[in-house]
Amino acid sequence: MTYKGVFTFAEQTDGVLTNVSYELIGKARDLARDLNENVTAVLLGEKISHLAPDLLAAGADRVLYLDDPELKLYRTEPYTQAMAYVIEEYQPEILLIGATALGRDLGPRVAARVHTGLTADCTALEIDPDNKELRMTRPAFGGNLMATILCSDHRPQMATVRPGVMVRKVADPERAGEIIELKLQLEKNNCYVTVEEIAKKIGQHVDITEADVLVAGGRGVGGEEGFALLQELADALGGEVAASRAVVDAGWQVKERQVGQTGKTVRPALYFAVGISGAIQHLAGMEEADYIVAINKNPDAAIFTVADVGIVGDLFEILPKLIKTLKAEKHD
Amino acid sequence: MKIIVCMKQVPDTNEVRINPETGTLMREGVPSIMNPDDKAALEAALRIKDASGARVIGLSMGPRQAEAVLREALAMGADECYLLTDRAFGGADTWATSSTLAAAIKQIGCDLVLTGRQAIDGDTAQVGPGIAEHLSIPNLSYAEDIRVDGKDVVVRQQYDESIHTVRAGMPALVTVLSELNEPRYMTPGGIFDAYRENNLRVWGRDDLEIEDENIGLKGSPTRVAKSFPKSVKAPGMTINAGADESVQFIVDKLKEKYIL
Repeated sequence: MTYKGVFTFAEQTDGVLTNVSYELIGKARDLARDLNENVTAVLLGEKISHLAPDLLAAGADRVLYLDDPELKLYRTEPYTQAMAYVIEEYQPEILLIGATALGRDLGPRVAARVHTGLTADCTALEIDPDNKELRMTRPAFGGNLMATILCSDHRPQMATVRPGVMVRKVADPERAGEIIELKLQLEKNNCYVTVEEIAKKIGQHVDITEADVLVAGGRGVGGEEGFALLQELADALGGEVAASRAVVDAGWQVKERQVGQTGKTVRPALYFAVGISGAIQHLAGMEEADYIVAINKNPDAAIFTVADVGIVGDLFEILPKLIKTLKAEKHD
Repeated sequence: MKIIVCMKQVPDTNEVRINPETGTLMREGVPSIMNPDDKAALEAALRIKDASGARVIGLSMGPRQAEAVLREALAMGADECYLLTDRAFGGADTWATSSTLAAAIKQIGCDLVLTGRQAIDGDTAQVGPGIAEHLSIPNLSYAEDIRVDGKDVVVRQQYDESIHTVRAGMPALVTVLSELNEPRYMTPGGIFDAYRENNLRVWGRDDLEIEDENIGLKGSPTRVAKSFPKSVKAPGMTINAGADESVQFIVDKLKEKYIL
């Protein structure tokens, strides 16, 4: 049997598919076109078969799903068993998983089990036109360097893909495709764990990756008082407040609002970087924004190297005036 | 109770700069440190030792100079350390790294393996789960709290939108976030003890019971085809003017781009 097809892992929690699941299918379509092969989405959970048509509409040609109470809550072992089964049974050429916390836990366990390579947190994927290998590109050294990785002698070629980087296709509810239920008996073993409690994080309803406008603050904002100004600016622009890692570490903002290498990757239409020096790890998460305005006291701040508009100055002087002007503009 | 802590020596990536002319990494003078997440894993192990008694064993794979992080671990309170160093281990990707570390762990033996979530130079977060798979033990990623309860370990795992409290039978592997704790400093007595020869063992290829095809370059399914600096976009315009002029400049630009 030869390895064939581009497979994606469709991650869902409580019956809701993550955005990256759609993004993976979008990218998989491009890769499948270049390989002249098909796209298969793998869906795991309990009572989740109703999500399969969404995956076909998003661009999958086939959905494989496993409905099992052991898969209701994510646990590494049963999910690994299911993915390893799919790989052995269907022999995919490529398998893409979202680089979410869940995907980054599942991916390496699966790769180790089926003995193949895994490239983490890819930001670009392409098929080599000459030998049809998958070229997987990812940031390394905290985003200082990009590396292109190959997995020539093992299959599937596996990658986790950073959320917010690939673009989902417009859904087509008319798209036809196959939906297949997997027949697999999961095996309870010593690697099974017991989930005692699940607590939703506070503020988890904020999704900064979905916002068109982000007003992000860094250490220079000084504290909660400064962030009240940023919130006012975000309100005036119809956007959300975001933050650098320093701010989250200091406890001024929640982790869900963190942009950067260890936070979220965002590409809004407008990104205000206020009091953010622009560490490479931060830039990695926001430099794809369509338009970047940076305000910083330090004229040498690295943030100015990626800004479309750079303002050297005191945010506490500039922001109140800017908010006032924007509000006045709105009324005109 | 025996706890093995896996740790990596990494360049302090916060100090790495790009040469703007050549686009290459400037690593000269960049200090090597114990990977921060791994340091939190070590601290977690030492706290279990302080609370209920445990033998804490540091384990690292790398060039000979990686010994420095193990000496630091000893000075913080680890009881003994192992350094896996050999040309044959070189060029390992995450698959071969985890199979090599797993082989050493199997030989040393332990109840609990702790390691950082990810290293700041590679950022893959793959080695922890990989080790667990090679040892056929459960892995619990992203710990923000670890508690040993009899024969079980109970861990609070930080996922993207929720926190899972999970119980696993030991032996088990836990990966740790640097938010977990504030690692202790080395003590003068600890530093003195850290340089006694008999508590740091150096193992080479022949000390490990592992097949050649599972180590080093040969055991690595992936390889780096090329690396290159990130493309930088042309900078926009930066002005240094008064507040009024600055505000006007922003508003004009946003209108020009039809954002307003």
